Amino acid sequence: MMRMPALSSGLGLFSFRSKPKASGHIELKGERATYGQQSRSRILITILCFGVFYSVIGARLVQYGMESEETVSSIGPADKLMASRPDLIDRNGEVLATDIRTVSLYAEPNKIVDPDEAVERLVTVLPDLDVRTTYRKLSSSSRFQWLRRQLTPKQQSQILALGIPGIGFRPEKRRFYPGGSTAAYVVGHVNIDNKGIAGMEKYIEGQGLGDLAAAGLTVNESMEPVRLSIDLRVQSVVRDELAAAMQRYSAIAAGGVVLDIHTGEVIAMTSLPDYDPNNPVEALDKNRLNRMSAGTYEMGSTFKTFTIAMGLDSGLFNINDRIDARYPLVIGGRTIRDFHATRRILTIPEVFTHSSNIGSAKMADAVGIEGHREFLTRIGLLSRMQTELPEIAMPSQPHEWKKIHSMTASFGHGVATTPLQTAVAGAALMNGGKLIEPTFLPRTREEAEKTAIQVISKKTSDEMRILMRDNVVQGSGRRAEVDGFRVGGKTGTAEKVVNGRYSNSVRFNAFLATFPVDDPQYIVLVIIDEPKPEEGKYSATAGLNAAPMVNGIIRRSAAFLGVEPKFGNDASIARLSY
Amino acid sequence: MLSRVERGPVADWFWTIDRLFLAAFLALIGIGFMLSFAASPPVAERLGLDSFHFVKRHAFFLAPALVTMFAVSFLAPRQVRRLAIVILAVSIVAMVMALFFGVEVKGSRRWISVAGLSIQPSEFMKPAFVIICAWLFSERSRHPEIPGNLFAIILFCIVAALLVAQPDLGQTMLTTAIWGGMFFMAGMSWFWIMLLGGLAIAGFISAYFVFSHVAERINGFLMKGGDTFQVDTAREAIIRGDWFGQGPGEGTIKRILPDSHTDFVFSVAAEEFGILFCMVLTLLFAFIVIRGLNKAGKLQDEFSRLAVAGLSLLIGFQSFINIGVNLELLPAKGMTLPMISYGGSSMIAVALTAGFLLALTRQSPETRARRTTSRRSLIPMRPEQA
Repeated sequence: MMRMPALSSGLGLFSFRSKPKASGHIELKGERATYGQQSRSRILITILCFGVFYSVIGARLVQYGMESEETVSSIGPADKLMASRPDLIDRNGEVLATDIRTVSLYAEPNKIVDPDEAVERLVTVLPDLDVRTTYRKLSSSSRFQWLRRQLTPKQQSQILALGIPGIGFRPEKRRFYPGGSTAAYVVGHVNIDNKGIAGMEKYIEGQGLGDLAAAGLTVNESMEPVRLSIDLRVQSVVRDELAAAMQRYSAIAAGGVVLDIHTGEVIAMTSLPDYDPNNPVEALDKNRLNRMSAGTYEMGSTFKTFTIAMGLDSGLFNINDRIDARYPLVIGGRTIRDFHATRRILTIPEVFTHSSNIGSAKMADAVGIEGHREFLTRIGLLSRMQTELPEIAMPSQPHEWKKIHSMTASFGHGVATTPLQTAVAGAALMNGGKLIEPTFLPRTREEAEKTAIQVISKKTSDEMRILMRDNVVQGSGRRAEVDGFRVGGKTGTAEKVVNGRYSNSVRFNAFLATFPVDDPQYIVLVIIDEPKPEEGKYSATAGLNAAPMVNGIIRRSAAFLGVEPKFGNDASIARLSY
Repeated sequence: MLSRVERGPVADWFWTIDRLFLAAFLALIGIGFMLSFAASPPVAERLGLDSFHFVKRHAFFLAPALVTMFAVSFLAPRQVRRLAIVILAVSIVAMVMALFFGVEVKGSRRWISVAGLSIQPSEFMKPAFVIICAWLFSERSRHPEIPGNLFAIILFCIVAALLVAQPDLGQTMLTTAIWGGMFFMAGMSWFWIMLLGGLAIAGFISAYFVFSHVAERINGFLMKGGDTFQVDTAREAIIRGDWFGQGPGEGTIKRILPDSHTDFVFSVAAEEFGILFCMVLTLLFAFIVIRGLNKAGKLQDEFSRLAVAGLSLLIGFQSFINIGVNLELLPAKGMTLPMISYGGSSMIAVALTAGFLLALTRQSPETRARRTTSRRSLIPMRPEQA
């Protein structure tokens, strides 16, 4: 129907159809009708095209709707930059974290006269500036580019002196931790946008601060400081003792916590190696984790404290009862032996001080598998601890509890808990039997009373104090004793699992201590991972390394903690005959 | 209420106007004003003006825009054509003047200053150009001896040359697309469509090589490199808005989005009112365009059919390109969103477009029934045909 036009036909060049015949009224109408028909089908095609166009738009909108928000652009809205955070202070008002004002360097590339020169001069002040990226940023036609966040005042004045047109400074807040790494794991740190991403910084982010910041309401606001339960002085002592012990015993890691047994307040807690929150890059290192709350370990003989408390509290055992530890126990093809084998019948205090595996296994056996599990759950050793700190690990236990599992768990093998929750459970044994959730915020005794759960009887608690004291006076914890402060405690020397077997050369040691034992106020728990024998010593048991660490911590911090020394005889603790 | 028996001009208008069209246009104008509250204060603040400077200006232009739309919608097709001729002639002259006396903004001369008002004549040229092309295309069947197509091509070349000279590549491509679409819908043979399509592609390729900023933008779009600050920010704004938006006045990305009140108003709408709202907005445009084309298909009169189709294409292409740029579907190009974006010339010119559309789609028994065309033809027919 369409014919190629005769290109030679002059005016007809653009009438693309054969010319109408001369008398064309009727025919003309007919031809117009065909035009109309064709035109209409072409319009239909156009409608379809636009249908496709708008559908593409719709599909793209759906795609965008499905995507979650990301911070893609190099700059955040101006409000975010000035976001303030409350200061964090310790229980005595010492600053743990604060905001300082800094400036950040930006460029307005459309105002830059000579990008080459600008880059060259900037590099004289900021030698580590990436020349290629910066050149690309400066020669783009955008209106805003960050060049460097958070400059020092000296860098700012040097850049100002360069007099480069088209660059400027924007004030920003930067978090500063005066104590550096002292309380790193408790305080945590923030990201470049001043948002808390670890420790208590993250906790307060979740307490509404994040919402405030998102609403832009934290700009230039001065906020009430947040007081933590930490005592910076004790914290420094703990960290110092840990660092010294790490070196002395060539250990790969160490950790310690000081806990108020009546309020559940964590007075000091840290683990080494740690990091400097002012330069949180190191925090990414896998080895730098808060071992006290985010690591789980088989606590070893320290667990016998709980086994014996369970036995006494169950009413099946009396503190004057005797247990036969003459022969190793054979169960399920495995033999349970004593480390310091006595090969005699032991009293219960002797089971504790001699750290008898046979004795504690027999006690657990008497209570039964279900009773044992129920007790460990009751004192919070089998479930995830509830506290403000976000980095809390889940303890692990055997998938299936059989007799052998219950028996090994009685001396701390097969159940891995976080050291902090071991300390919390230990506090419950010492404070009259009340389990109190640990906290990193100040808490009074009355507040703690309200949430406390009675897990063992007062009587059992009193008996446990006597055992703890005994172990320091004449058992494995002798090196923990500090004159006048009446320390009680239990050592734990656990063999670490290497390639799926318990190794007898690689150890994880712990010491769970309380003081003053006649009226316990604080729990001190230290752990030391893979300690080596000290020079001149042949062994690396907890009594030789963990106990002296506790000694150092208590000796140096008791005065800060307001515990008065008492000298003279130990009369306040009734000695029992056995 | 106006009585159907009354035959005054207002009653006539009331009973013949396409009310759905009218409602859609009024809705768009309303949404545009509402969005100016969201999109323009950050720009005004950046320029050191009163926060509501552009909101006030937008409100100021609403009245003339509405008056233009309603007044033009009263016109009969013949009057529409005459008005279009006048506007086309004036705007072509003004575009030539702008080249010589205009103010240079961002490297192009598009604006002339008349009595203190900055006017962009190319905006007014577009609807008038569509009407005149529709007339030229339709005349070829009525007056085969008049080379309507040739004139249409010449007219297109003049307009395109003026736009390239400014330079305004976005408008050039838009005009080309509309002209091509009308050429296609006028029922031209595939040979010519292929030929002119080839020419258009050749023109596009030469633009790529001649104008460095065109090449830069296209490269940037294809290779995801270059300066993508605007589109990246727009994308971030839309994603931040999510389905339901952050709420009026709650946008923050809009503060750093350049041209948030003109080319990127769609992204601001998404950030504050949500993606669902943007879908409604898109549907409104789709409704106008598809209804316009559909109505065009039903019109008997060839001139009206092509004109209505062309005007729908104008709104369609312009909205598609603008939204496409916002959604990173097309390379960045300065193009306003009809009725929504801020800009006095653009607003009144779009009102003119809407007025033309409403005028030509009015139900008129005369236009539907009339077969003879002598009364509407400016050029008397040959006696043997009449």
